[in-house]
Order: sequence, then C-alpha cells, then structure tokens
Amino acid sequence: MSELKQVRKIALTGDEAVAYAAKQADVDVIAAYPITPQTIIVERLSKYVADGELNAAFIQAESEHSAISICLGAALAGARTFTSTASQGLALMHEVLHIASSMRAPIVMAIANRALNSPLNIHCDHSDVMNARDTGWVHLFANNVQQAYDLTLMAFKIAEDPELLLPVSVNLDGFILTHSVEPLEVLSDEDIQRYIPHIPYPYRIDFDRPLAYGVMALPDTYMEFRRQLYEVIAKAYEVFRDASESFSNISGRLYNLITPYFVEDAEIIVVALGSTVETLRYIARKFRERNVKIGVVGLTMYRPFPEKEIANTLANAKCVAVMDRAYSYGGVGGPLYTDILSTLYKNGIRTMVADFVYGLGGRDFKLMDAEELFNKLVKSVEVGRFGQDIYWWGVRE
Amino acid sequence: MTEIDVNKIIKGEFSWKTLPPAAMVKVPTSLEYKTGVWRIEKPIIDQSKCTKCLLCWIYCPDMAVKRIDGGSVEIDYEFCKGCGICAEVCPPKAIKMVEE
Amino acid sequence: MESAQKYFRTIRDVPTEDYFAPGHRLCAGCGPSLAMKLSMKAIRMPTLVVNATGCVEVSTSLFPYVSWRLPWIHVAFENTAAVASGISEAFKILEKKGRGKMHDVIAIAGDGGTFDIGLQALSGALERNHKMLYICYDNEAYMNTGIQRSGATPVGAATTTSPAGKVVPGKQERKKDLIGIVAAHRIPYAATASISHPLDFINKVRKALEIDGPTFIHVLTPCTLGWRYPSSQTIKIARLAVETRYFPIIEVENGRVRINIKVTRPKPLEEFLEAQGRFRHLFEPENKHILEILKHQVEENWNRLLKLEEIGLYA
Repeated sequence: MSELKQVRKIALTGDEAVAYAAKQADVDVIAAYPITPQTIIVERLSKYVADGELNAAFIQAESEHSAISICLGAALAGARTFTSTASQGLALMHEVLHIASSMRAPIVMAIANRALNSPLNIHCDHSDVMNARDTGWVHLFANNVQQAYDLTLMAFKIAEDPELLLPVSVNLDGFILTHSVEPLEVLSDEDIQRYIPHIPYPYRIDFDRPLAYGVMALPDTYMEFRRQLYEVIAKAYEVFRDASESFSNISGRLYNLITPYFVEDAEIIVVALGSTVETLRYIARKFRERNVKIGVVGLTMYRPFPEKEIANTLANAKCVAVMDRAYSYGGVGGPLYTDILSTLYKNGIRTMVADFVYGLGGRDFKLMDAEELFNKLVKSVEVGRFGQDIYWWGVRE
Repeated sequence: MTEIDVNKIIKGEFSWKTLPPAAMVKVPTSLEYKTGVWRIEKPIIDQSKCTKCLLCWIYCPDMAVKRIDGGSVEIDYEFCKGCGICAEVCPPKAIKMVEE
Repeated sequence: MESAQKYFRTIRDVPTEDYFAPGHRLCAGCGPSLAMKLSMKAIRMPTLVVNATGCVEVSTSLFPYVSWRLPWIHVAFENTAAVASGISEAFKILEKKGRGKMHDVIAIAGDGGTFDIGLQALSGALERNHKMLYICYDNEAYMNTGIQRSGATPVGAATTTSPAGKVVPGKQERKKDLIGIVAAHRIPYAATASISHPLDFINKVRKALEIDGPTFIHVLTPCTLGWRYPSSQTIKIARLAVETRYFPIIEVENGRVRINIKVTRPKPLEEFLEAQGRFRHLFEPENKHILEILKHQVEENWNRLLKLEEIGLYA
C-alpha cells in the first residue's frame, strides 16, 4: 500500500450509510417511495438534495411501481439512478424489475429486506428479494453496515460496466442493519469520483441517434433476446471481480463472491446470507477453539449464483446446513437451499444437506441459537444423517 | 450493433449474437414493410379536378399521399392501404377508389 | 388567452417531414395512426416519445419493423407517465450538470392506458409538475386486446365486455370526465382535440410543447373496427362527434376553460350514433331510454362547459 488514503471512520446506521454512499456517488436521479425500514435512506437523500449537498433530481413517486419506472426512464436517458424499497414495495415493482434488466438499465437499488404480507410484518427476512430472484438483476448482500456502504458504491461500478449494463440490488437486513449504528470507514469524494466516474450510457436516448426501446418481439425472435440476457448476466462474475479489485485499491477492502470462514478443513459448513453470517462466524470461532471442524460461508453475490465457488468450497464437507430467511412455498425447500442442492448435485457432490428456515418476520437468531444449531449439526454428523430435510428453527410447534 | 438488416431477420438469418442488445433498434425500419399489399381498392387522383387543398395529404393515416412540385399530390402505392379516407374527404371528388 | 391557431395557420404551413413513418401495422383508416402522424408534425426540437402498450405501440414496433423516426420507448401498460417523468427529470438534471441536452418528452397512451390502469401514474406525474406533454388517443375501448370496455367507453356502447345483450344492452356506466380529472391537478394546459380538425390538434400539440410544465391533450380517434364502420368514414365520424357536441373541443389554460369550437347548431346525436355499429342496438324501441340518457349527458355536459366558460373556471 502506497500513500495514506483519506479515510474517515464514522458511525452510521445501515440506511444512513447507503444514503451517504449514493450521495458520494453523485447520483443524478433518485425516485423512491417510502416504506419501513427504508425510509431513512429516502429522507437522507431528500435532505442532501434540499441542502444543495447533492446535485440530483429527487422525486418522491406516488408508488413503488412508478418509482422504478421513473428510474428506468432516467437510466435510459443516461442518468445515474438510485432507488430503494422493501417488502411490499419491491413486490409492487415486480413487473418492472423484469423490464429493467431486459432493457439493460443500470439502476442501483438498495433493498431493506423485510417480510412480505400477510400478516403484515415490518421486520427482517429475505422473502422480498427472493421473490425477485429471477428478474435478471444482480443481487448483492451486505453482512454489516460497512459492507452496505461499500457494496452500494461497487453496485454503481458493476451496473454501469459497459460489458454488463444490468440493474443491481444491494440487500441489507431490515432493522438489523438498516437501523443499527455501526462504525465504518468512509472514503473521500475524490476517490469515489475516480472509482465511479460518469461514463455515458452507450444506448442513451438521443434524438441524433434515435433508437426504439422495448419493442414487441414475436415467437420468432423473443427467445433470442432472452438468450442474450442469459449470456449477459453471466458476465457479472468477472465484472464483480474487476469492480472489487479497483475498489480494494481505494479502500483496502477486497470483496469476493463468497466469504469463506474456517472452511479449509471443515467437516460442517453453514451457508447464509446477510447479517446472520456474522452471528454464525462468532460462534464458529468458539467451536473451532474446541477443535470442532466447522466453517461458515456467506454469499456476497447471490445472483448470478456463484456456483463454481460454492461447489469448490463445499466439495469436502461431511455436512452442509443452509440458512434460509425465506421459503419457497410448495417447493423443495427454501430458495438458498434449492440453489445449494442443485449446485452440489450438478457438481457430483453428495453430502448431508439440511435447510434451516429461520428468522422470518424478524424473529431473532441469537448467538444462543447459533450455538444450539451447531450442536445439532455436530450430533447429526455423528448419527450420519439429518432427522429432517427442512427445519423451521425456533417455531412453536 | 443497433443497426439491423430487416430482410435477413425476416428470413431467419440471425442469431442471438447478431440481434441488437435488448432489441434496441436503430429507427426507422418499417419502410421495408410495404403495406400497399393490404389493398383491395386503390385511390386514383384526377389531377384535372384537384384544387391542391391538401386535405387528402393531411388526412392520410399512412403518409401515403405525397406533396409534389406544383402544389399537388400523388399517392405512394407502396404504402397505401386503400382505406378510402382521401376519396371521402376530397371536396371536388377528384379521387376515386377503384378495385385493385 | 392566445388562440391555439398560432404556429401553423393553414394546412400548407404544416411541415412535410414525418417523424411517424409508413409501413406500420395499424388498420386501414385507423384513427390513432392519424393522431400519431399529426402530433409528430408539431415537433420543435429534439424529442422522444414514451408509448404505452396498446394499438399504437404494438403496431409500430413489431420487431424488426419500427415506424418512428425519433427515440421511442415502451416499458409497460400503466406507467407511461412515470417513465416520461423519469426521462424528463433526467434530461433536466443532465443538462444542468453538463452531460446531456434537453429533449421534449411526449408520453402517448390510449384511453386504456390512461383512463384506467394508467390513471395513477398520470396523476402523480401531473402533481409533480414535470415538463412533459401527455397525449391520450381515445378510441373509447381497449381496442388492441379485442374491443373491451374502458372508463372511456360511453354509456350505451357495445364492446366485447359490455355487449348489447338481451338483459344488459351495452355499457351502463358513463364515460369518465378525463379533462376534468386532469384540470383538477391545476396544470398549465389541458385540451381536447379531434383528428377531424387537424390544424387545431397540431397547433395544440405545439402550444403544449412550448409550455415548461405538464400539459395534456385528449384526442378523439375513431376506430373503424371497434366502432364498426367502413374505414373511409373515420374523419367523417370524428367530425360528427364534434358537430353533435358529443366531444367538445376545449382548452383549459391555468384553470380557465375556453370552448374552441362553438357548435351553435348541433347536428342530432343520432347522426353520429347511427354511423357506427356499436350503437346500433340503441335504435331498438326497448333501448330508447339509454339513447335518451346519452343525449341528456351530451346536452348537460355542453351546458356545463358554457357556464364554466362564463365564470372563467374549470377547476
């Protein structure tokens, strides 16, 4: 590392950190609709604009469907766009999510992961983003407030990469990260401007080079356009790596597609998304101190799915526990479990796998829970199999 | 990447690699589609009766009436669908619809 | 108030350039296609069109054929006004930040994408005061999907989801007062137009584009297939709609209404109705009362507009 970087260490909530990152990224258009627990992001950005700290158009749309539509239009016009939502809001955007990716609009959206109705619940789970899994967006997950900040900045780099040009979501656990104050290092405006300079969107709306966007395609051509999307989203692995490398040059923090922790000789591996990864790590370290060969894998990028990395990491485990903070009702298991299972099978890996559905509607997954879970895993390995495929953790049966 | 050869595409000579990304087509491209084949009747202008009022020109929904030198008009039979609006609106009835 | 007839005085003054290209798949004699051609004649600077799903969108963008000569964007059915808002604000901020140049934004949607599913986005866009022109081309039903009723379908009209049946003879509900809804947002300029009066329409489009704020034009565009009449009659029927007072041609400028075409001796509404197959059942003796309701609505609406013009207010 060469010269001293200009870094400041401050304390912010996840929402505040995301808003701060978007401000430093010099976004041009923000269109959002308030929904708990994302409201702080929107309010902060609104204040930055009103105080002249951010030169952007702040539009409070009359619904989330319109908010994402406004962003889509703005992105095609060549603006750097940002929005944020959660839960029902994300669900309301759904139709346009598919359109944003298939129209190659580099929108960045922070999702404050919150449970879907019904019953109404404003607390954390991943059902909202899991519902948007297949929409062709790149989905990133933050484990803590520092990551929420970093990944938001990286999201712009990834989205706007001329090789990719896809919308990117940054997921942070509702209330757990959005409303918790944590210390983080923020970068300088200058470093960020150099990291994500404004590059013209290659297909921007321009009267002098008129294009048609969102045409109708019949059965004779539609499938080829979808094949394009299949090809393009696979570029995100490389684009992520590039964005991560240049990010580490200004921050000293390098992000990988997955975050393996104590996995090298692990017999038991637990896979999770979001803040729970840190809870699991804390207890994993305790178990390692007692010589239990346990490891934790978090996914920083969930879509496209880091299949190769997961297969390599899980290849020699005797037992895999997948933590799902959402479920695919009527399906084989939770969304992450289904992805992991498919990955293992495709790569010829046969091992004990169980799905632990936890934390729905914000039900806390405490250190105590992680400890209990690990003990259960150890016991299951001794027995040689799991009692069930799907466990609903901490539910009053 | 956004420029396309319409005729090749119609014949199926394309792949997902050669199609414009997200179907972002450089416009216009419909001039290759000659809607004149739709007609069952065609308009014939009797220029001797034409008063050069240009009503047929303004009212044609297919831009198939063209203004020519001298102030009059002529039909673009490549695109005329034979709807009959021009004949209907012509004040001196200088346009007649005849079977194609 | 200035007259709308300012930019193009005669037909000869209308530019020959067409930003709407031939080769489109709209029906022979299609009202909306003429509205597209006419509105595109009024362009004054770099412009783009945002288009809702509907007859125009589907027929002018069937890959690989596209019938536009300017940037044209289609996203979905109900968010035309929202997408247009985003584009308008983007160009505004980009020009301010030195990274783009302003474009006129024209949002175009049918009555389907405006009166019903698109109403929320329209209302939001108007309230937020973005600079954009929204043109609603009204063929009084969801024509593209097969002539289903919309909030713009008049009382008595037969559509596939309000058929002229033995028990229920056509649509029973009245047409929404869209200009009223729009005017209630207190936008600088809203107007109605008909393709039968092309100069009036083109001038209004241009006038709207010149205004730095949200503007709206509701243009009546008869549909030969849906209204059931021979294709050559489109202009005649659009004109009858005006001449019978069925579709008043007005402007609402900063809340004040002005009737542009004062129909002093209206033709009988029957002349407009009997030219179209969708109203045929209204001439059966048992449906006479619906015909009377429609006539009453037309008369009442006209008198209301006269009064509003007198007191100088619409909203």
